[in-house]
Amino acid sequence: MADYTYTLLIPLIPFFVFLLLGLTGHKMKPVVSGLIGTSGLGIAAILAYTTAFKYFWAGHVAGAAYTSLKAFEISWLHLTDKLTIHMGILIDPISVMMLVVITTVSLMVHIYSIGYMKGDPGFYRFFSFLSLFSFSMLGLVLATNIFQMYIFWELVGVSSFLLIGYYYDKPSAVAASKKAFIVTRFADLGFLIGILMLSFNTGTFDFQTLTDPHGPAITQAAGAAFMGMSVLTWSLIFIFVGGAGKSAMFPFHIWLPDAMEGPTPVSALIHAATMVVAGVYLVARLFPVFALGAPDALHVVAWIGGFSSLFAAVIACTQTDIKRVLAFSTMSQIGYMMLALGVSGFGGEEGLGFMASNFHLFTHAMFKALLFLGAGAVIHAVHSNEITDMGGLRKHLPITHITFLIACLTIAGIPPLSGFFSKDEILVAAFHANKMLFAIEYIVAGLTAFYMFRLYYGIFWGKNTHYHHTPHEAPKVMTIPLMILAFGSVFAGFLPFKDLVTSDGKAFESAIDYWIAVPSVLIGVVGILIATIMYKKETAIPDKVAGTLKHLYKWAHRKFYMDEVYLFVTRKIIFRYISVPLAWFDRHIVDGTMNGIAGITQYAAYSIKGLQSGKLQQYAFVFISGTIILVLIFVYLV
Amino acid sequence: MIQNIPLSYYLVISTLMFFIGIYGFLTRRNLITMLMSVELILNSVNINFVAFNRYLYPQQLEGHFFMLIVIAVAAAEAAVAIAIIINIYRNFKSIDVENVDEMKY
Repeated sequence: MADYTYTLLIPLIPFFVFLLLGLTGHKMKPVVSGLIGTSGLGIAAILAYTTAFKYFWAGHVAGAAYTSLKAFEISWLHLTDKLTIHMGILIDPISVMMLVVITTVSLMVHIYSIGYMKGDPGFYRFFSFLSLFSFSMLGLVLATNIFQMYIFWELVGVSSFLLIGYYYDKPSAVAASKKAFIVTRFADLGFLIGILMLSFNTGTFDFQTLTDPHGPAITQAAGAAFMGMSVLTWSLIFIFVGGAGKSAMFPFHIWLPDAMEGPTPVSALIHAATMVVAGVYLVARLFPVFALGAPDALHVVAWIGGFSSLFAAVIACTQTDIKRVLAFSTMSQIGYMMLALGVSGFGGEEGLGFMASNFHLFTHAMFKALLFLGAGAVIHAVHSNEITDMGGLRKHLPITHITFLIACLTIAGIPPLSGFFSKDEILVAAFHANKMLFAIEYIVAGLTAFYMFRLYYGIFWGKNTHYHHTPHEAPKVMTIPLMILAFGSVFAGFLPFKDLVTSDGKAFESAIDYWIAVPSVLIGVVGILIATIMYKKETAIPDKVAGTLKHLYKWAHRKFYMDEVYLFVTRKIIFRYISVPLAWFDRHIVDGTMNGIAGITQYAAYSIKGLQSGKLQQYAFVFISGTIILVLIFVYLV
Repeated sequence: MIQNIPLSYYLVISTLMFFIGIYGFLTRRNLITMLMSVELILNSVNINFVAFNRYLYPQQLEGHFFMLIVIAVAAAEAAVAIAIIINIYRNFKSIDVENVDEMKY
């Protein structure tokens, strides 16, 4: 077994960079703090690539299964002999893959931010938060046990909160950061309950023990039943609630569009490529338990994923803020990943969906980060998020234009770009498991192509908007990450995921199924063509279509009134019937008792304060009379 | 000669002095007068010391020495008290005890 102890440095370097920048960053020149953050992440990225190479190729015997191993572990909290919480580093195919994804995207975002955030007064603060986020996310994927994962899960939530609210003088950003934090925190309650139920029934937090097909979790915990489902199923559903919150699955998705108030590189890193896929990672991490112990929970995952992807795709067609379109697109693509996990079985070719989900996670991280960074370059150039303020930018921003086009083609699933391969695998897996889910995903594939090209034409073609000052291409420090990510988007599809990341660690064979691949490409092309007709030149067609589907358009444009539903539930029900009585109880009973005690004390004090008159002779008189009375008592009475 | 005067005479004198001192201390508003009253109290005690020593233990001198110590302490006390009174006067422009009640409540 090769030695992987050095992987400890991968999360620790960003952590120390965070401390360094957070504590001393205000004394540095902005460029210096940016370079420190970037180089810290660069070293972490190099270590991650080394680990990936060593794990997948150099240190691996060809044909053997990939095993999971603990590179490092200490007991962190020793509560009792039975209840000990460990901290450590787990190396297995999905964690190594996530290492590569996180460090790559994070490094690109760091480089890009040096250009994007230039001149911002909080430059060092931004980079220290980015490092904190990278540390938390790396800690999350490397966790050896579910409790450690939970700790880092919350840290990721905090850093997301900090970065969404980065422009803290902007009320909408502050509101968005609070919304994101509260919604995900609320979902994390489910995660915590799930953890407690799962570990109570299995007696362990450890992932290796939990996911062992012959271990206690899968063989025993399925026994006890509650309301027609086993306790294991319930606990996994609760854990999935946490995952759904972080991954913006319906109905916890409402925070994701608002999270776009953060700086665009943050959206690329956290709300597209890494943090929002934490839920997918969580399900993938516990996948053997889901697949072998609780298939019902897996069905929930599949249907939530499928519904979210359709729901988000419909909304994405009507939004005008380019970052929000991308946000809903992210939600839709994560729905794909969830669905792929949900329809997958365990082991061999049965595990196609598992492989496809991780494959799509990988490629999606590349092209969605690229899309966001491209959108950032556009926003940088025209100082607006609204698609209506853009148009005809292809002449002004040539590099952004080409890379954005590549990303759009990738997400639309055009071969031989990477999105085609991963999406195709998901469709195949869905087709073999459930025709209904397959149909949903098939429609979503078309919608995806349509709304992405609506966005593309809206930004780069369409009407020639008159700009106050001519938009200019972003500096090299911003365009180079775009080119690197474009390269990744094009070629990531050729990685042999079937050999590397599978549900049971063993490689399996499957060829492209042309009966599914060809129609899926076709519907993508159809989506692109419709978008071309409607949006390449300024036409009246979009308004006509919107007019015909008036109600649907209005509903989708208002995001199906989900925000309003949440507001109704919180304001009208929770606030009125729970919070108001509680506040009354607090003010009148709890505070009342305390105020009463204080009032009595004060009354007593006022009535006796005359004793402290400050008049010396009064004191002396009392003293002397007291003495005389005592003397008389002792002389005559005792 | 001294044998003709009973001890109780001395005690009556000292009691009178003591209560005159107490009365002065409680009723006078002037700090200097109050200080003088305190001196009266102390001196009444001194008379008691000397008288008891002379009448009960004529061979010993503890009472006399104790009286001397009290006089010394009284002198020191007067010095400190007058210093305090001067400072009070500087702060309050008055040595009326009624005005010196900043520390009440």
